[in-house]
Amino acid sequence: MAVTERAPSAARRSARPARNSRKAWNPNKRRKSPMLTAVMTLGLIYALLPLFWLLVNASKTQGNLFSTNALWFGGHFALFDNIKATLTYGDGQFLRWFGNTLLYVVVGAGGATFLSTVAGYGLAKFDFPGKRGVLAVVLGAAAIPSTILVVPTFLMFSKIGLVNTPWAIIIPSLINPFGLYLMWIFSRDAIPKELLEAARVDGAKEWRIFFSISLRLLRPGMITVLLFAVVATWNNYFLPLIMLNKPSLYPLTVGLYQWNALSQTAGGTPIFNLVLTGSLLTVVPIMIVFLVMQRYWQSGLAAGSVKQ
Amino acid sequence: MTVLSAGSPPRSRGTELKPRHRRKWTGWGFVGPFAVVFLFVLVAPIAYAIYLSLFQDKLIGGNKFAGLANYTQALTDPQFWTGFGRVSLFLVVQVPVMLLLALGASLAIDSARLHWTPLYRLSIFLPYAVPSVVGALMWGFLYGTQFGLVGDLDSWFHTNLPNVLQSTTWILPAIGNIVTWEFVGYNMLIFYSALQVIPGELYEAAELDNASAWRIIWHIKLPALRPAILIATVFSIIGSFQLFAEPSVLYPIATNAIGSAFTPNLYAYNLAFNAQEYNYSATIAIVMGVLTVIVAYVVQRVGQRNQGA
Repeated sequence: MAVTERAPSAARRSARPARNSRKAWNPNKRRKSPMLTAVMTLGLIYALLPLFWLLVNASKTQGNLFSTNALWFGGHFALFDNIKATLTYGDGQFLRWFGNTLLYVVVGAGGATFLSTVAGYGLAKFDFPGKRGVLAVVLGAAAIPSTILVVPTFLMFSKIGLVNTPWAIIIPSLINPFGLYLMWIFSRDAIPKELLEAARVDGAKEWRIFFSISLRLLRPGMITVLLFAVVATWNNYFLPLIMLNKPSLYPLTVGLYQWNALSQTAGGTPIFNLVLTGSLLTVVPIMIVFLVMQRYWQSGLAAGSVKQ
Repeated sequence: MTVLSAGSPPRSRGTELKPRHRRKWTGWGFVGPFAVVFLFVLVAPIAYAIYLSLFQDKLIGGNKFAGLANYTQALTDPQFWTGFGRVSLFLVVQVPVMLLLALGASLAIDSARLHWTPLYRLSIFLPYAVPSVVGALMWGFLYGTQFGLVGDLDSWFHTNLPNVLQSTTWILPAIGNIVTWEFVGYNMLIFYSALQVIPGELYEAAELDNASAWRIIWHIKLPALRPAILIATVFSIIGSFQLFAEPSVLYPIATNAIGSAFTPNLYAYNLAFNAQEYNYSATIAIVMGVLTVIVAYVVQRVGQRNQGA
């Protein structure tokens, strides 16, 4: 798989800075254990087997899916035919869903990152009436399971006519309490207050200071928040499933679900090869994003797990 | 920690600037946009759901104030409690299994005794990038006897493995496996990140004492991991209570084993969309939200108390 081949080199690049934290005690000198490696290989097989299966089966014709060995390529190598069929099926539905997903990701995740950054900065760098209340409410909200909110949000959105519009997906994606928390911590630590004070003495307006000075210093934190938000929006399923019943608005996840449900019901059209190829095409872009940006990943996880 | 150490020189940790008077409300300018959207997508739906939960829509009499009748119904609803029991069982079994696997994997990756460490770290984490819909789709096929793995295993070994998708006993472990597959790498990375910030001096001291690898794990690594384990546990609990995507995707191929009230979330969904019982659906969502927050809070308190001890 193209994705896994990239993995080791990408990993090596980002593993380097982490090592530095333990300069003196050099872990690389330790004896390698074949036993441990063997056990972890089982874990690796467990993690990769379904993805390998997906690649293998996305390259089979529908007939060969049923007649050949599930774990190896069999019969005609049909991956490219399948991709073509996936992209053209139902007047190019899949491409439409892909475009919708991109729209929801760009506006939803991008907006979430922007709102979190601005608000996190505001909380970290200003004192204002009600600040403690804002912090308490937002951090408390992080504990509310988001899917619990989905049905109530649907009921409210259907009352005000937002259901079956892109806004029904985008607006709820804009709030990311974890992102706010991260940007709050990050702003507090990454922007020296002397810098802000100097700018203020020069008479710069607060928003100008933010856009011309602070934003640049906040960039690494923003990328981390953006990455988390992109993954969450790309994989979003419950919310669009509920909010949308027009196939022209579906994101990829809901579209694939519908194709599969259609294939499985008696009397439906079996398009298993398209479900599998579509799944593969959904997974590959987000995996590439992951592998390319894994440095930011780790820093976000570290911030979330160490600071309580 | 990369995020927090990104700024270069050491400096005082002054959180707030002493505000001059005219700047007193400036902060709201920054926090305002977030706060407005927050009110709209978080506070308003909750308020609206509470409002809905106090009414009942009857064929005769229409929409009428019902007081707490919906709540009494929910608290005595066997379908709700069966679903709740199911996610609780799931939580009690799947969460510890997943977190122990993640813990083991993170210690192995951190041990420096593994060949090709980055390969393992990335591969095990990769399933987290897979949308839960696609994850459940793939595993649904793999479990199947048609063109999945189970069919092949049967023909190779002449066995007759159970069809987990048609079995009310096996469907829950089958879903547990999918969720574990999706999240074990994520939790592994959370633990690994926490292990990375342990100061090297601690290991040097242990080395001088000739401490064994096991003692280092027990006395240095595990204590350092406690906050991360607590966080991961709380997130996993919240995740289990919300279980929806996997059973919903498997539903078309495992209709009988899953049913309409498999998890509380699935039940609330079916109440709203198949039965049009909006008021009752809102009530179920609220009850489940309150139960989740309570359990998450209790676990966190207990965890923190033990940490202090």
